[in-house]
Amino acid sequence: MTAKHLELTQVGIDFPTPKGPFNALTDVNLKIAKGEFVSLIGHSGCGKSTVLNIVAGLHQATTGGVILDGSEVREPGPERAVVFQNHSLLPWLSVYKNVELAVKQTQQGKSKKALRDWVMHNLELVHMTHALDKLPAEISGGMKQRVGIARALAMEPKVLLMDEPFGALDALTRAHLQDSLMEIHADLGNTVIMITHDVDEAVLLSDRIVMMTNGPSATIGEILNINLTRPRDRIALADNPEYNHYRHEVLTFLYEKQRKVEPVSAHRKNTSKGSSKGKKPDAA
Amino acid sequence: MSKSVPLVTTLSQLRPQSFASNLPQKLQGLLLPVIGLLLFLAIWNGVAKTIDTSLGQFPGPAQVWQQAGSLINEHSAQREKAEEFYARQEERNAARVAKDPGYEPRIRPFTGAPTYLDQIWTSLYTVMVGFLIASLVAVPVGILCGLSKSAYTAINPLIQLFKPVSPLAWLPLVTMVVSALYVSDDPMFAKSFVTSAFTVSLCCLWPTLINTVVGVSNIDKDLLNVSRVLRLKPLTHLTKIVLPSSIPMIFTGLRLSLGIGWMVLIAAEMLAQNPGLGKFVWDEFQNGSSESLARIMVAVLTIGAIGFVLDRVMLGIQRVVSWDKSSALR
Repeated sequence: MTAKHLELTQVGIDFPTPKGPFNALTDVNLKIAKGEFVSLIGHSGCGKSTVLNIVAGLHQATTGGVILDGSEVREPGPERAVVFQNHSLLPWLSVYKNVELAVKQTQQGKSKKALRDWVMHNLELVHMTHALDKLPAEISGGMKQRVGIARALAMEPKVLLMDEPFGALDALTRAHLQDSLMEIHADLGNTVIMITHDVDEAVLLSDRIVMMTNGPSATIGEILNINLTRPRDRIALADNPEYNHYRHEVLTFLYEKQRKVEPVSAHRKNTSKGSSKGKKPDAA
Repeated sequence: MSKSVPLVTTLSQLRPQSFASNLPQKLQGLLLPVIGLLLFLAIWNGVAKTIDTSLGQFPGPAQVWQQAGSLINEHSAQREKAEEFYARQEERNAARVAKDPGYEPRIRPFTGAPTYLDQIWTSLYTVMVGFLIASLVAVPVGILCGLSKSAYTAINPLIQLFKPVSPLAWLPLVTMVVSALYVSDDPMFAKSFVTSAFTVSLCCLWPTLINTVVGVSNIDKDLLNVSRVLRLKPLTHLTKIVLPSSIPMIFTGLRLSLGIGWMVLIAAEMLAQNPGLGKFVWDEFQNGSSESLARIMVAVLTIGAIGFVLDRVMLGIQRVVSWDKSSALR
């Protein structure tokens, strides 16, 4: 485990608005080791997605930068595959074709059979080989998200970026997919950065939880190391005092520290409670 | 018609206010349009009788029906004449070749006036060519403007300027330009055809162009991000992301364009005296016989029917081409 795998240094971003630049992020510093599973958690609008998009290369940082394996991130690329919140499968391509498109892009020069095998292998990882010829509209939300993950994995990314991958799913499907994700992570050992609103999800899946302060000018508030042994079992963990301690830490950060530190942002948080993204983080 | 309704009815079906909604869906779909049509014919018939023009009474459905028949008869009569004309020529040629083996037989083309069906065919052909030219220009330019903000900013003023221009304002210019530039001893197409088709094109451009721009510039941002993450090459990006997601909008534009093109063509043919349905209408109007109004009415109904069929054909093509079957229903 080298600490030099993925490095965010002094990352900050300003968005232009009619009233002048809006400082969304400032001084984000984070070092992630190879194979590490890191969750970003924080209230809505705190810039979690912005951090992810900067790592993905979809946004350009105004200050600071991101270095992956010694080279700076300047544009999006398949070595930093993204799993989007709403799956973002191409609705006109079948499940197989969606994954195939990613494979064709990243595995150029492979034989036809090798391509097909690789597509099938990744669909097997997420248990979706039974719906190869279905269009995204014909499968359930959980299945779509599985295919989205398969597509991202098929790119053989150095870092897998997941933007609230299970946010739009019901609790049972979510638990199912979390288990799948843990299995895959144990198998492949990808570096993963995942955004979540769900405290249980963060504690269950992560090696580290990065807790973000409220915006504007959001930054990293605290980082919590999760030293639970893997493989982790959600039922066994339910009564585990250590697990509950971690849970408690995150909840305290979200509902006490972030509320007390900045009264203005506490007000923002309250007003955003009714919005769709302002889900109760511990409801799972 | 009421005989096909099952004789055994439940109590709820007997209540008058729910009767219509309880009819089987298919029967309703057939019955209601027929009722509408019959009502229309009745009103038309009633109103027509009260209008007296200088060309006689305004034609009712019966006269129009009769004229439709006679137009078709005229067509077959003309065809027979043409066939006889050619048969006579061949006979004459055969006789002459028998007398003088060195003679090279010649066939002169039949020069009878175009019939109603000929005029329909001319109009259809013209509108299709004009529409095709317009689409071949509008779709690529629309995609370009949808993809590139600078291209859009550059072209948008031109679109806004030319979009509201009536085809009839273009017509004199197009006519003069075609006669000046389209000069050849053995032209492949008649000048009148080129003029009409080009006028149609000028008016077909805009709806397709604008809808394509909107369709392309409104592609789901996540899908564009997928394309960026995958580093799709421009051509792959176009074929895998841009075209499929904007096809419903492109087709909306194409259907609007074809509808406008068809309307424009009739007007252009009337004004420019180019062969086609428009010329037929104008000729009948100038002719001013007691049958003219009924014959014009036949043309009006034909124009409507053809416009409807053209739209359905486009819809059919959209159903085949588009992945999104729900957007191709209306």
